[in-house]
Amino acid sequence: MPVKMDIYIIGVGGQGIGLLSEVIIRAADYAGFPVRGTDTHGLAQRGGTVSSCVRIGSHAHSALIQTGCADLVIALEKNEALRGLNSHLRDGGTLIYYDTQWQPLQVRLKKERLLKSEDISAACQYRSILEYQIVPTKLSNPKMQNIALLASIAKHNKIPGITPLHYELALNDLLEGNKLDNNLSLFRSLIAAL
Amino acid sequence: MKKLGNVLISPYGSTEIVMGNTAIVRGMIESGVRVVTSYPGSPTPEIAAAITAIPKDKNPLYFEFSTNEKVATEVAFGASINGHLSTVFFKSVGLNVAADTFVQLGHMEVIGGMVIVLGDDPGANSSQNEQDNRHYARLAYLPMLEPSTPTEAYTMFKEAAQLSKKRCMPVILRMTTHVCHAKENVTFSSWTPLPLDHSSCFNVDNGPYIPLTTKLVLPLKRRALEKLAQFSVDADTSSLNTIINNNNPLYGIITMGAPFQSLQDVVEESSLKPDILKLGIIHPLPKYLVADFIRQHKEVKILEELDDFIEQQVKALAYDQGISTKIIGKQDYEDWLNEYTPEKVYKILQKTWPHLLPNKKNAAPFLHWSPRPAQLCPGCGHRSAFHAIKQALDPNDITVADIGCHTLGIMEPYHMGQVLLCMGHSCGTAAGLSLFNNSRKVVAFLGDSTFFHAGLPGIINAVFNHHNFTLILLDNGTTAMTGHQSHPGVGYNVNGPTEKIPIRQVLNGIGITNIREIDAYAQNHLTEAAKAALTEKGFKIIIAKHPCMLKLMKEHHAKGKPLPSPVEITDDCNQNYACISGFACPTFQRNDEGAIVVHKDLCIGDGSCKQTCPTKAILHKHPTKEGNS
Repeated sequence: MPVKMDIYIIGVGGQGIGLLSEVIIRAADYAGFPVRGTDTHGLAQRGGTVSSCVRIGSHAHSALIQTGCADLVIALEKNEALRGLNSHLRDGGTLIYYDTQWQPLQVRLKKERLLKSEDISAACQYRSILEYQIVPTKLSNPKMQNIALLASIAKHNKIPGITPLHYELALNDLLEGNKLDNNLSLFRSLIAAL
Repeated sequence: MKKLGNVLISPYGSTEIVMGNTAIVRGMIESGVRVVTSYPGSPTPEIAAAITAIPKDKNPLYFEFSTNEKVATEVAFGASINGHLSTVFFKSVGLNVAADTFVQLGHMEVIGGMVIVLGDDPGANSSQNEQDNRHYARLAYLPMLEPSTPTEAYTMFKEAAQLSKKRCMPVILRMTTHVCHAKENVTFSSWTPLPLDHSSCFNVDNGPYIPLTTKLVLPLKRRALEKLAQFSVDADTSSLNTIINNNNPLYGIITMGAPFQSLQDVVEESSLKPDILKLGIIHPLPKYLVADFIRQHKEVKILEELDDFIEQQVKALAYDQGISTKIIGKQDYEDWLNEYTPEKVYKILQKTWPHLLPNKKNAAPFLHWSPRPAQLCPGCGHRSAFHAIKQALDPNDITVADIGCHTLGIMEPYHMGQVLLCMGHSCGTAAGLSLFNNSRKVVAFLGDSTFFHAGLPGIINAVFNHHNFTLILLDNGTTAMTGHQSHPGVGYNVNGPTEKIPIRQVLNGIGITNIREIDAYAQNHLTEAAKAALTEKGFKIIIAKHPCMLKLMKEHHAKGKPLPSPVEITDDCNQNYACISGFACPTFQRNDEGAIVVHKDLCIGDGSCKQTCPTKAILHKHPTKEGNS
């Protein structure tokens, strides 16, 4: 099945965007699709906005997705969900976001207001965007939020042609030992439960 | 788990998803590189990560992080004139540090071959400028290749190594940020490991290697020019330059590197596709190839990121050869700025040939949302240090930043650091600011890795010339910003344990006696020390020391050590917000009612915040030893 899909992943440095993005790249490769991508990780510093582009299909030459052209935006945090939606998601695209909040400094300083889920829903509705809000479940390690999000993507087949097995193969490529076991068992249990 | 190190040294060919930085390392191994040197800097540190992923006993590459880019270049040069193929890599501005050595290299017969990998940073994603290092190739009479994808990075590295050995001249491989970090499937060839050669081939007869006075320098320069001219002949027929023929006699585009990929995305939407000459060799210019290409078109656009390096040469070439093709280069200042992403290339092409591309409907409206710049991590010792030092300063005093994680002190709410040039500038700049200045105290900041890299000369100058300012040496025991690389002060290098070079003793050795060393978490002590130092005359140093907590927490996590529980806010909180407005640990968030809440995913339980609350409303159940001042 020919797939053409531009996926923009966004979150806060330290949330595991790099791993999530590489899992999707490798899963797309296991599914037999041409794929390329890039992270924006100039500074190894945590705490700033970090994004990643994944481009599936032979249409993609640059590793970068043009603003307003992503078919799917995956966000690991609420404020970043709005940023990714505004900057990269096309009208009629899909937004999946993990509903946790790491408040930017301006919000903490009360210079800007607190973002509400309703703000995102309103923006999605206005632009005919399909919205999936992932409500946080109790995780043994908050660093596995990226895998919780991945499980939703897999379960709801948000990237057509990539199956849970492809994601598992990708995870097997990138992790080992306890880390692999923990992530795989979370991935499987969420797919079974969701 | 796929072991990257094993993939990189596998004798068999394979196809792997890798980033450009990693692909280069396979290129090194297949080319028979022996010595690799570097100083960490984005966008290149993943090259080092890939090299060090190779099992030590099977690694054909000797690798080191040298103290700075100049030393790294010298080590690679020394290895090459001894007969061993070498590679040095660093970021764009690293070449400025290495420049004194670098400009000599074209004069030298590097018999083993030498590849210089540059990580240029158009858009200044992680650098203090977006300098165009192609100019350096011209300055030093050295060839330069530029890949546009990870696959090309791999093949061009091998080509660069081969050409370098053939001509005994260094060859530069110029990468840019999103070629370094782009990921794709790269098909690696097979590789036959050769036994390591320990013979020393250095011979003055291969030289001369002493460029002194007119008599010796001019013949060496002549030889460099001759080699470059020969390289230019090779360039004309090289498969590294490619033409995409769309049978368009009207429009042609000359481009290279990442902008070529952007251009291909953009012309997918065009019904009248221009012909494209994609240069892989960008210095020296393949003159016949370029002249032929411009001759065959009515108009030719030079699509190049940053400066008008190719444009100037193509225009000169057209003039010399009497070619009347209209050559369109940079049209306004915007064309000189920032990365040539697909959307930027779209805009430029629309400006050049308005009818060529379909009118796009406006991209999604970009509603403003709160920016989120990088910030100091929870528990970072620098945050404690900046918070404490700020209490000791008059708002009128002058603070000088330097490069490292502590550069982030310039940001809200700390505002510690008002001027920044480059690695290690702070002591020199502070010295100048202290001259003819009776009213404002001057404070310089410097990190521990930069101390060894380029900080020492400024410190020695402050002693030598009796300057009057205070240096805050922020020592977190690592090169944190680029991903926790070691430095001479930490007691190990990439290859194993070393003798620590203690900063304090180095300073004592220079003859500096006015030194205070304080744990950065001991904020009151630090404030008092800074107040005292600021009243003293001369050059004073405060070492504010605390291990990088991001690194420490990762190490604890890997060892399965339990982390202290997060701090808690007690009922004593009167919403004074000092923990946010002054200290600003990202852990402290506010809820709908305006109350402070601790973000459990972020707090590492370090407790360095406890002392910042005027009502003592931060409860720290497991105080660490350092946090109890």
